[in-house]
Amino acid sequence: MSTLRILRDLLRYNGEFAVGLMLVLIVLAVAGCSFFSPYPPMDVYVVPPDVPPSWEYPLGTTSRGQDVFWQLTFAIRNTLLFGIVVAALSRVISLLVGLISGYKGGWVDRILMSINDTFVVVPLFPILVLFYFIMRDEMTWAMLAIITALLGWAYDARLIRSIAMSLRTREFTRQAVFSGMSTGKIVFQEHLPFVLPIVFSTTMNNINWSIGIEVTLSVLGFTDINTPTIGGMIYWANQHTAMVSGIWWWITFPILLVIMLFIGLFLLAISMNEYIDPRSRLSRLGGQA
Amino acid sequence: MRAYLAYLSKRLVQFAVVVFVGINITYLVTHMTPINPVEQSISAATTYGATSPEAIEMMRQSLRQLYGLEGTPWEQYVAFWKRVLVGDFGPSLSAFPTPVSQLILRALPWTVGLLLVSTLLTWILGNLLGGLAGYYRNSRILKAFGVLSMGIHPIPYYVVAFVLLIIFGFLWPVLPISGGATMASDRSNTFAFALDVVVHSILPVLSLMAVGIGGWFMGMRALVSNIVTEDYVVYAELAGVKRGKILRSYVMRNALGPQVTGLALQLGAIFNGAIITEQVFGYPGVGSLLISAVHAGDYSLVLGITTVSIVAVSATVLLIDLLYPLIDPRVEAR
Repeated sequence: MSTLRILRDLLRYNGEFAVGLMLVLIVLAVAGCSFFSPYPPMDVYVVPPDVPPSWEYPLGTTSRGQDVFWQLTFAIRNTLLFGIVVAALSRVISLLVGLISGYKGGWVDRILMSINDTFVVVPLFPILVLFYFIMRDEMTWAMLAIITALLGWAYDARLIRSIAMSLRTREFTRQAVFSGMSTGKIVFQEHLPFVLPIVFSTTMNNINWSIGIEVTLSVLGFTDINTPTIGGMIYWANQHTAMVSGIWWWITFPILLVIMLFIGLFLLAISMNEYIDPRSRLSRLGGQA
Repeated sequence: MRAYLAYLSKRLVQFAVVVFVGINITYLVTHMTPINPVEQSISAATTYGATSPEAIEMMRQSLRQLYGLEGTPWEQYVAFWKRVLVGDFGPSLSAFPTPVSQLILRALPWTVGLLLVSTLLTWILGNLLGGLAGYYRNSRILKAFGVLSMGIHPIPYYVVAFVLLIIFGFLWPVLPISGGATMASDRSNTFAFALDVVVHSILPVLSLMAVGIGGWFMGMRALVSNIVTEDYVVYAELAGVKRGKILRSYVMRNALGPQVTGLALQLGAIFNGAIITEQVFGYPGVGSLLISAVHAGDYSLVLGITTVSIVAVSATVLLIDLLYPLIDPRVEAR
C-alpha cells in the first residue's frame, strides 16, 4: 500500500518522474509488441525493401526487406533485457563489495577499495574491444552481459560503502553486534534494507550505461550481430549505407527509441534520488529546506 | 610537507595498483578465454584455398610466439610483463614491419589534443554554469540550459556523435565530418594548417562536450545550492559582501574540490568516449587506430593500445591527484 502512495506522490509532485515513467512505459510497450510480430526476427526479404514510412509499413522497411517497426520491437526487447541482466549481475557485486567494505573497515576496506578504484579509473572500452578481438565469433550475448557486469559495478559499490559506513556507527548495529549476530547477518539483514533505495536509482543509471556499451559495441560490429539489438540495427543500416541512399527511417527510428529509453531511465533515476534525499523533497512539496 | 609526502605515497601506491590490476585483466582476457586465438587465425587464413601442412605448422609456431603462448603459464606471465614494462609490443601485423609503439606514438598527439581541449572546456564551462545556476536559482536561461544538458547527458557518446554527424554531414554540411586535417594539405604554412586542424576538431569536440557538460553542470548546481545555505555564506551576505565575490571566493571555491575529484574518477569514461567519437569522425587518433586494428586482425596493436591507454589514463589521474592540494590545501592535513 505504501509503495502505491509513494508512486502517487511522485506522480503528483515530481514532473521528472512522470515524464520518465511515461517514456519508459512507451519503450516497454514497443518491446512488448515483439510477442505479436508477424515475422520471425531474423528473416530477411519478408516485405518489399526500401519502402518509406506509409500506412502499411508505419516506420518503413529496410534494405534487407524487414519491417522497421517489427524489427525495432525485437531490437529494443533484446537491448533492454541486456541492460537489465547486466544491472542485476553488477548490483550483486557492488552490494557485496560495498556493504562488506563499509562494515568491516580497516584492511578489508582498504584492499577492496583499491580494487574498486581501479575499476573506476581503468578505461573499460579498450578492454571490451580486446575481449571481442579474442573471442570473435564465440562472443555471445550472455558472454558480453557477464563481462560487462564484471566491469561495471565499481562506481556504485563506493556509494553503497559510504552508506554502510554511516550505518556501522548507528545504535542498532552495536546492539546487533552485542547480541551476537554474525557479520553476514548484520550486513544482509540489518543494513541491506537501508541501501536498497539507492540501489534502485543506481540500477537505472547502470542499465543506461550498459545499454550504451552494447549499442556502441554492436554498431562497430563487435558483438553477435545476428541477435537483433538497437546497435545491431544501426550496424546493418550503416552496412547498407542507409543514410547516403536516403533510407533515413532505418536509422532515425532506432536512435529515437533508444534516446527515449535513455532519457526515461535517467529521469527515473534522478527523481528517485530526490525522493531519497528528503531535503529536496521538502522543497518540491513547497516547504522550505 | 610531511603530510604531503604521505599523501603522495598513498597516491603512488594507488597508481601502481591500478596499472597492475588493469594489465592483469588484459592478461586474463587474452590468456584465460576458452578460445584459442592461434587456431582461429589459422582457420581464418586457410579458409580460402588449400595450404600445405608445413606452412600451417610454421604459421602456428610464429603465431604462438606472437601471442606469447610459449612455455609454462608462469613463463608466459613473466614474458607478458616484460613486454609491457619495456613498452615493446613487437611489429604491427597490419602495417608490417612498423613497430606498434611507433604507430601508437603517431596517433597519440591527436587523441591527447582532442581530450585535453574538450575535457577542459567541458569541465570549466559546466562548473561555471552549474555554479551560476545553483546561486541564481530563478534565472530562466540557466534553467533552460539545465533541462537541455540533462536531456543530452544520459545519451551515450556514440549516439550523440552520430546524430551530430547526420546533422552537419547530411542536413547542413558546413563542417568537415571526417579526418584530423584536410588530406594531402600543405603543411608548410603553419597557421593555415593549425586552422585546418581546429576546424576539423570542432565536431568531435562538440559531441564530447554535449555529452559531458550535463554531469558537471548538475553536480556543481547541487553542490552550490547546498553550500549557499551554510552559515558562513549567510553571514557574508548579511555583512554586505558583494554577491559576485561571495559566489567566486566563498561558494565556488569550496565546491571545486569534489568536482576535481570527480574529474579524476570520470577520466576513464571520458577516454572511452573519445575513442568512440574518433571512430565516428574518422579522427586519426588512438581510437580509430584501435578499431582498424581489430578489423585488420592485428593482435599486437590491439594489445599495445589497450595497455598504453590503461597506463596513460591512470597516469593522468595520478597527476590530477597530485595537483589537488593546490585547490584544497586541507588534504595535506588529513
